[in-house]
Amino acid sequence: MTVVKSNMDRRSFLKTIAVGGGGLMIGFSWMSCSTEEPLAVYDVNAYLKIDNRGGVTIFSPNPEIGQNVKTSMPLIVAEELDVDWDRVTVEQAPLNTEKYNRQLAGGSQSIRQGWDSLRTAGATAKMMLVTAAANRWGVSPNQLKTEKGVITNTANGETLTYGDVASEAVDVPIPSDVTLKSPDDFTLIGNRIKNVDGEEIVTGKPLFGIDFKREGMVHAMIIHPPAFGMSLKSYDDSEARSMPGVQDIFTINTSIDEPQWSDVNAFNELLVITGDSTWEVMKAKRAINVEWEATGELENTSGHNNKLAEAVNNGSGEIARQDGNPDSVANSAATIVERTYTAPFIAHNTLEPMNFFADVKENSAELIGPIQTPEQLRASASQLLGISEDNIRVDMTRMGGGFGRRLYGNFGLEAAAISQQIGAPVRLLYTREDDMTQGTYRPAYAIKYKASLDEDGNMLSFQARGTGMSESPLFANRFPAGTVDHYSSENIPVQTNISTGAWRAPRSNFTAGAEQAFIDEVAEAAGKDPIDFRLELFERAMSNPVGSDNDYDPARYAGVLKLVREKSSWDTETPGVYRGVSAYYCHNSYVAQVVDLEMVNDQPRIKKVWCAVDCGIVVNLEGALNQVEGGAIDGLGHALYSELTFEDGAPNASNFDNYRLIRTNEAPLDIETHFVQSQIHPTGLGEPGLPPVIGAYANALYKATGQRYYNQPFLMREEQVENLGA
Amino acid sequence: MPAYTLSINGEEREVDVTNDTPLLWVLREHLNLPGTKFGCGISQCGACTVHVDGRPIRSCSYPVSSVGDSEVTTIEGLSENGDHPVQQAWLEHDVPQCGYCQAGQIMSAAALLKSNPNPTDADIDSAMNGNLCRCGTYIRIKRAIKTAAQNA
Repeated sequence: MTVVKSNMDRRSFLKTIAVGGGGLMIGFSWMSCSTEEPLAVYDVNAYLKIDNRGGVTIFSPNPEIGQNVKTSMPLIVAEELDVDWDRVTVEQAPLNTEKYNRQLAGGSQSIRQGWDSLRTAGATAKMMLVTAAANRWGVSPNQLKTEKGVITNTANGETLTYGDVASEAVDVPIPSDVTLKSPDDFTLIGNRIKNVDGEEIVTGKPLFGIDFKREGMVHAMIIHPPAFGMSLKSYDDSEARSMPGVQDIFTINTSIDEPQWSDVNAFNELLVITGDSTWEVMKAKRAINVEWEATGELENTSGHNNKLAEAVNNGSGEIARQDGNPDSVANSAATIVERTYTAPFIAHNTLEPMNFFADVKENSAELIGPIQTPEQLRASASQLLGISEDNIRVDMTRMGGGFGRRLYGNFGLEAAAISQQIGAPVRLLYTREDDMTQGTYRPAYAIKYKASLDEDGNMLSFQARGTGMSESPLFANRFPAGTVDHYSSENIPVQTNISTGAWRAPRSNFTAGAEQAFIDEVAEAAGKDPIDFRLELFERAMSNPVGSDNDYDPARYAGVLKLVREKSSWDTETPGVYRGVSAYYCHNSYVAQVVDLEMVNDQPRIKKVWCAVDCGIVVNLEGALNQVEGGAIDGLGHALYSELTFEDGAPNASNFDNYRLIRTNEAPLDIETHFVQSQIHPTGLGEPGLPPVIGAYANALYKATGQRYYNQPFLMREEQVENLGA
Repeated sequence: MPAYTLSINGEEREVDVTNDTPLLWVLREHLNLPGTKFGCGISQCGACTVHVDGRPIRSCSYPVSSVGDSEVTTIEGLSENGDHPVQQAWLEHDVPQCGYCQAGQIMSAAALLKSNPNPTDADIDSAMNGNLCRCGTYIRIKRAIKTAAQNA
């Protein structure tokens, strides 16, 4: 048990009407059965309300993009509240920065950063309910216990339900200190809890942004420049204007004076078509003749690749960390291994294309839709519309995927601009082509690694030179920093006018695969088993770490490697099965993976992926398993098949006929995941399952084919085995 | 006069739209059946899968004029109480992550099991390969199809 400050005050409560007895009754309805008392709903705190029949509504504060926080965040509240999960209804909270912290989906941080406040909200409510029961019975709260929404007087066995005392509980002074459960006493956390929206999803209920509609809503689409570096010159809409269902055609500009980090966007000036229905607007869109002009450089993939190669081979950048003298040590070493790894731009391709609803009035606005950054959208919309943030309401719908794309809310601003222009509620929808060719792509990256070994296969030095458009993918203080005396990490970013941003597990989604494939080659050069080689390095980082800024816990890192070794029976060889291993730390969680390949008709087939994960306490085992499985498939799919190349500034793919995503016949036949048993506070899983699997796959592919693959996407071209810098 | 009388989920529904309007948009915007999803518009992702006379079709590329007298079934009409064996299996295996593709996946799976009650892995691959899942729930989808086959 832990005692914490509740940090709650009346300000965090919904404004509600006091009714008889002083209770805060916020909902009142006559339910089906007239002989029952009318349903009264009491607002206990910002996270939950309880009705007089014991039903509990818990608000999920953060945006739901498929990472399952709409189930796991309320689960944490319910655990401390001690309520029957079957009596819980979950509702998505709107953006409310007074009541909630960090309503953002990104960086796998919702659970980690929400853990304390969610627990405290549940524990505070429980204490108020218990105090109300104690007051009614005239006994000490200390002699009462709770279980599944029932309060029992341990002295005489009398019981009251939460519903019985809800009206009195809301008048109990909010306790300043509350006691949290010991993890040993958890009854909900750690179980396999189903997705709270599962039934609505499988029956096709309108949950997503694209499903939202309102009376009088106008349909809108945009036309953006076909190439990065181009702008609108002129357009002829005479044919389109006369088409049925077309309302208006005009331009908008979403530039704002003080853009935030979430305002990454290639094109601010856009052509807009509004109309009565999506299909009519889509047809009119094709009938407009637009003339574009080059106002910037029109870049090509060949040029990108040359720039990246030049940067990693010859460029000089910022040395983010150096320990010892890696250059001189390498020069006199017995063995040097030097390899370069690359990856292309990739699109997010959420299956639900970008869309947003906006209803902008003279002095107020409503913005509703799929957004990972509702708070940032509100601030930028306030600038764009000239309406104060207090008068802008942002509601989050369930999102048909995010993967980082919906951190950048330009589509929300565009909807707002359109609604303001036409003075009506509007829903902006991107076609797939709009979505894929106007992205905030994962940057193209390259890293050149160099390691040296002594005669006994001990690593003497390790150097990394990272480049990318427009950022280096390296993390200077992560593994193998701290494990080797002579180390350096250098960033040599290259500029581009292609818009880029966070893509699920930013930087790690490339670096893990490159680093873990390189370590495999170094282990081979050292004549050591790849797991033994890594464990030796972690042993060094535990017993005598180099430097003091190392951004990982080597014991937890080694822990997942040992677990995956045991569970996958790594030390037992199976004929016809080719295996590769990797381990990586990102977003505060540790994951080790083994990929088993078999060759079927000379083609590699993924038989199984083994995962060992340390994310501290596992909140919802079902959701956690699903995230790790999905992360592995997502990582494999993009590393094997996906890329976005450019010619004269224009993306070469615009839909799923020419942009390849992994399909069911290419997915692993099985994934088996094990979690390290832990009482450390939980960390996130939306991202950490993705990065390492790429390295494990590359290492298995080497075993299966005898070729090292250096360039992603691995399976798309023969030359992916060539080494750029070797 | 309405341009088309369609048989949707066992009911006659009338719509007045141009003959090239894809069934997807008729369902979503004219008949208030938004469970069928827009993903690509070119039959490459399967999010818009519905049944026409029991066969899975991609409604984004299927003009309303092709429907004729055929029976259209959408996710909303797959079962009366959301208890089709495929829907139940989806819940049992907690398949969805973001959930956006799942209506299309379920419709493809239900059509597969109707024509082939005991599909092999290869049958499942070939029936489901047109349905993308960006979250990577493919393994759970396969398990759920096998469960549904057993329970049907």
